[in-house]
Amino acid sequence: MGLLDQEFTEGNIVIAKTEDLFNWARLSSLWQVGFGLACCAIEMMATSASHYDFDRFGVIPRPSPRQSDVIIISGTVTFKMAIRIKRLYEQMPDPKYVISMGSCSNCGGPYWEHGYHVLKGVDRVIPVDVYVPGCPPRPEALLEGLLKLQEKIRNESIVKKSA
Amino acid sequence: MKTAEEIFNQLKEKFGSSIIELKLDKPVEPYLIVNPLEVDKICLFLKDENELLFDSIMNLSGVDDANGAKEKDDKGLETIKGGTLSVFYHIESTKLKHKLTLKVSTDREKPEVVTVTEVWKGADWHEREAYDMYGIIFLNHPDLRRILMPYDWEFGYPLRKDYKNPEFYQGMKVPY
Amino acid sequence: MALKTEEMVLNMGPQHPSTHGVLRLELQLDGEIIKDVVPHIGYLHRCFEKHCEAMTYPQVIPYTDRMDYLASMYNEFGYAVAMERLLKIEVPERVEYIRVIMGELQRIASHLVAIGTYGADIGAFTPFLFCFRDRERILHLFEITCGARLLYNYIWIGGLSHDLHPDFIRLTKEFIKDFRPNVIELNELLSYNRIFIERTANVGVLPLETAINYGVSGPNLRASGMKWDLRKDDPYSVYHKFDYDIPVGKGDKGKVGDCWDRYYVRVLEMEESLKIIEQAIEQIPEGDIASAIPKRIKPPEGQIYTRVENPRGELGYFIISDGSLNPARVKVRAPSFVTMQVFPELCKGFMVADVVAILGSVDIVLGEIDR
Repeated sequence: MGLLDQEFTEGNIVIAKTEDLFNWARLSSLWQVGFGLACCAIEMMATSASHYDFDRFGVIPRPSPRQSDVIIISGTVTFKMAIRIKRLYEQMPDPKYVISMGSCSNCGGPYWEHGYHVLKGVDRVIPVDVYVPGCPPRPEALLEGLLKLQEKIRNESIVKKSA
Repeated sequence: MKTAEEIFNQLKEKFGSSIIELKLDKPVEPYLIVNPLEVDKICLFLKDENELLFDSIMNLSGVDDANGAKEKDDKGLETIKGGTLSVFYHIESTKLKHKLTLKVSTDREKPEVVTVTEVWKGADWHEREAYDMYGIIFLNHPDLRRILMPYDWEFGYPLRKDYKNPEFYQGMKVPY
Repeated sequence: MALKTEEMVLNMGPQHPSTHGVLRLELQLDGEIIKDVVPHIGYLHRCFEKHCEAMTYPQVIPYTDRMDYLASMYNEFGYAVAMERLLKIEVPERVEYIRVIMGELQRIASHLVAIGTYGADIGAFTPFLFCFRDRERILHLFEITCGARLLYNYIWIGGLSHDLHPDFIRLTKEFIKDFRPNVIELNELLSYNRIFIERTANVGVLPLETAINYGVSGPNLRASGMKWDLRKDDPYSVYHKFDYDIPVGKGDKGKVGDCWDRYYVRVLEMEESLKIIEQAIEQIPEGDIASAIPKRIKPPEGQIYTRVENPRGELGYFIISDGSLNPARVKVRAPSFVTMQVFPELCKGFMVADVVAILGSVDIVLGEIDR
């Protein structure tokens, strides 16, 4: 953190803007809801295993949406499930973020043409912050999506609400 | 191990008019065509008879034959009137190692087949799926309701060849 | 004075850390004892069969991958075997051997996920990380062959899409040498652990007669005592050339057919798969992998039902063709669909915590149930 460690001269007084402090605290410990739908969920599990670790970014899985900050929608969203996803999203407390992983939740994926039960993109029910493409995306791609989300949080402001 | 012809002959002497014919000409597997309202008695005989012992059902699937007349309904969309819907049964015997295929055909307008859940309990969910996707009613089924689609889906039976998508479902847009 | 009690309905909803995917279980409880379980499925219904009627025969293969996403090679294998029997084409021997090697590696990878997540559900987190470490090595082998880690589009009708990488055989031999001691380590960590045995022995017993009547197959049927394996009883491809054993549940720690038996049969199957891969690598011949792939696939009018031995059981493909370029009907008989039917029978009379143990031992994949 280039901003904060330049303030340490002697003693332990840190001078920083409140916005930067809040944003740094939020992006370093994004707790995710353990929510996997289909094939992308296996890649998400592989990302949290030991080869490509998720824990070093501060992301740990929590079982309940009321205790988490980010929800990663990984897999195809069907109509039967979309109603429940909306309910889960409304149960999460603010500030909350959504990562849409894989092409099925971005835009319907390979089922866009004849899928009578597939929702063509999860952004038809909840607002999405970061889209990660791929079918399924590699674990490195999901990590890059997480870093992009961290960048977005770093530039947030507590005075002006983002769109 | 018995072949399809031997089983056909054995069933013909016991049931007579319910067994309609044995189709051997098309590739790859031969099948027997049976009456849809008597299929549970035939299956009970196939399971209990000493030389046949068909104790496991491998697969049960509905098929849309699409052999009716194509015509346009009042909105200008193509539908199919008349023709048949069929159900295929694949059964096997784990002790005597032989297999058999059965077929039943019903009308498209009023499809009704007797259930075989009393013979093999594993046919339960397969029949529910055939009802969900094609609208085939199974008489005497313990619990016939939709299994894969939402319980309040009222826009028809999806796997029929003349199925059309609705525009909105509970506020979500259906087409791309 | 008698206490007034009534039954309670508890919902294990579609979002739950231990249901392996989106499954909803409605539990009817009397205190802590279960009276009935009603499973609700369909939360991942992706209209596979409607897509098959709109695509041509080779275009169906990427869709079959995505049904059982933990054993994608086997789904493609089953479809290719069904189509080759319908078209009556002979595949070169090298193609058959490579398909068997890929299939058995996929079986080991799928069982590793089953064992790892089962341990995580019971409460032991370490075996999960160990299993995924070994699985990454297998996914690396798949990646150098065809470029993808999870969904491959590799086994085509009549052949394969790429030949083996020059380093593949050397890396596979190293993997087998490193993996054998890991299985022993896994046994010491999880299988003979006293807490694990207390939670899984004598829980969820499946009697053999019930299993055959419902149509259960695969490791679940073998754990109930019957020696039934489609690789030996209804052979396909070149499995008759190898020498391997079929592990059966014997009731070592409790009754025959309980959760521990179902789990242990999977551990023993991984050993047998290693034997098959070693023999296949010794015997593999040279040849051309793309010589039998037809240019246009237009089968004669007819139908066929074929089945292969998925890591979860008997996977069946029922294909009806009407003489044109698109199939008229493709029905997939998924083993997990049949196993979910028998699930309420297994749970009656046990407690809520046992539902998690039974669900993990039965090893379902929701992509296959809902298709």
